[in-house]
Amino acid sequence: MIHVLAFYLFAAFVVASGALTIFARNPVHSVLWLILAFFNAAGLMLMLGAEFIAMLLVIVYVGAVAVLFLFVVMMLDIDFAELRAGFVEYLPFGVLIGLILLAEIVFGAAAWKAGPLQLANRAAPIGHEAPNIEQIGTLLYTRYIFLFEAAGLVLLVALIGAIVLTHRTRGGVRGQNIDKQNRRRPQDAVRNINQPTGQGVEL
Amino acid sequence: MTESFSMLAILPELVLIGSALALLMGAAYVGDRATMAISWLSVVALAAAGASLACPGVLAGSVMGGLFRADAFGAYAKVLIFVAAAASILIAPRFFNRGGQNGLGARAEYPILILLACVGMSIMVSAGDFLTLYVGLELNSLAAYVLASFMRQDERSAEAGLKYFVLGALASGILLYGISLLYGFAGSTGFDGVSAAVADGLDKGELFGLVFVLAGLSFKMSAVPFHMWTPDVYEGAPTPVTAFFASAPKVAALGLTVRVAIEALGPAGLAWQQVIIFIALASILLGAVAAIGQTNIKRLLAYSSINNVGFALIGLAAGTQEGVAAVLSYLAIYIVMTVGTFMCVLQMRDQAGNPVESIASLSGLSQTRPGLAAAFAIFMFSLAGIPPLFGFWAKFLVFDAAVAAGFTALAAIGIAASVIGAFYYLKIIKTIYFDQPAEAYEARSGRVEYALMSVTAAIIVVGYFFNPLLDRASAAAAASLF
Repeated sequence: MIHVLAFYLFAAFVVASGALTIFARNPVHSVLWLILAFFNAAGLMLMLGAEFIAMLLVIVYVGAVAVLFLFVVMMLDIDFAELRAGFVEYLPFGVLIGLILLAEIVFGAAAWKAGPLQLANRAAPIGHEAPNIEQIGTLLYTRYIFLFEAAGLVLLVALIGAIVLTHRTRGGVRGQNIDKQNRRRPQDAVRNINQPTGQGVEL
Repeated sequence: MTESFSMLAILPELVLIGSALALLMGAAYVGDRATMAISWLSVVALAAAGASLACPGVLAGSVMGGLFRADAFGAYAKVLIFVAAAASILIAPRFFNRGGQNGLGARAEYPILILLACVGMSIMVSAGDFLTLYVGLELNSLAAYVLASFMRQDERSAEAGLKYFVLGALASGILLYGISLLYGFAGSTGFDGVSAAVADGLDKGELFGLVFVLAGLSFKMSAVPFHMWTPDVYEGAPTPVTAFFASAPKVAALGLTVRVAIEALGPAGLAWQQVIIFIALASILLGAVAAIGQTNIKRLLAYSSINNVGFALIGLAAGTQEGVAAVLSYLAIYIVMTVGTFMCVLQMRDQAGNPVESIASLSGLSQTRPGLAAAFAIFMFSLAGIPPLFGFWAKFLVFDAAVAAGFTALAAIGIAASVIGAFYYLKIIKTIYFDQPAEAYEARSGRVEYALMSVTAAIIVVGYFFNPLLDRASAAAAASLF
């Protein structure tokens, strides 16, 4: 009973906040509705027993992607009223794409039910004795450790690439030099003067 | 699940990764002053990685639960990759230091990125699983995107990098889509598993997956119909980077394609042979015809590389062990010719020292620089496949394998197209030897470039002495796939 209740709660919130994402007049509100949709989708995933995907949704989508959206929306000077002006113009095209996607989902589901997919020799362990985070971790750090490490190298190359392509040494920037700071003695910086009254301070 | 986890089998990769990380630290602390030292140390690292292939126990076969294949085929391709990468590291400092106002000077990241690209390529040629394939490919591609726009102040270089990145991302998407289809219908990402699944009849989903995977891979080899990025990227990228693109990644992509075709899709031979035959013929014909109108030497060499990929694929289309051996021999000879040709291109600088790329500027080179003209002539004759030179032997081997496998028509069309292709190579020689001299190139030239040019030219001329060695190596490498 509680399952059904929780499902309808999450599902209703996903649909409602999804709709509000589109219809909200203020783009910042749109992003906030989107975050709510992500949270409820994560709840749905939890109910399916896919807790890893639920955590990904919260950590990656809410924690990183949505926040990034928020920053972009706040920083960019986009005239959203002008963007929305084309709504009616693009509506038929949007509906068409939506219908195509819907048809593909129906086909896909039908093919999945009928098709002779050979799922017998797949590598992933299908068992419910361990939570799937543990199972994914076990596979990732044993069987696929080589690829996991190689993927780390890919990220390193991306890092080096970003620096190579954008780093430039600019003049006139006062960076912190801790060594220089430590070497500085009071006599270099402090001056005792007897300031006469009525005269300006010499700096 | 038994884990045959052998660190020894990935020794070449470990050597490269370790030295790349150590040199990266050096570059971070010492800065660009250390570029020359880091370049030479990278070459030493590549040599060490190549030498480590000879260690006992490195060729351990299938390791890491089938993810990685340390076999003779991979070793052969790795040696070629390392040699080509070393050449493109050596020629870079001089080029970048003379980059004019567009250059930032030689930077220490260049050899490090090449080393990391080499790790990616050597993972590619040793892949035993589609996931390994993809990770290796991305490691190589990401480094390549950065290298293409390495002279970021130069508009053409930045454009080349961006173009390469956008189209490369598209190709990766196509490849991943194919892999996901193959995984979905075969139930495994391992080459063994896919091979077992296609052995009992190729169903629709697997066929689609196969076509998408080959499409993605042919982008990486720059084979028609996924070649369109090649001339632009080759023209825009700095010349040492172009030399790199035309050599090492070609070996990696072709080696990878051969391995996927034979090991993963071997039982579905009829299906992929049709695709490979089409790609091969289309590449040969387009490479030959489209190169004729080019006025820029780097664009012309881009079309020449498309043309050469087509010839190499004829060997794969045969689908036999001899065919694969012919592909490998072709690649070895192609690497030597390409490196040599780009050494010549690097000499093309006007009196002020700025690089020039137009073919017209080569006019009458034989009168101003007879040595350079002779080297150019040797490489062009060899690329055209004129008999006494080594390039002929490469073409002969692939056509021989195709005829032996019963693809006589394919070989005949290939030979006809190679005659068309000979036209533009000979046109360059005509420009060099018989046209009115244009403004002379500057006389200065780097020692390394000259040495590499002389060595490669010598190999092309006396290549037939290496035949027994080359034949034995490529036959052993091909045998490890069957």
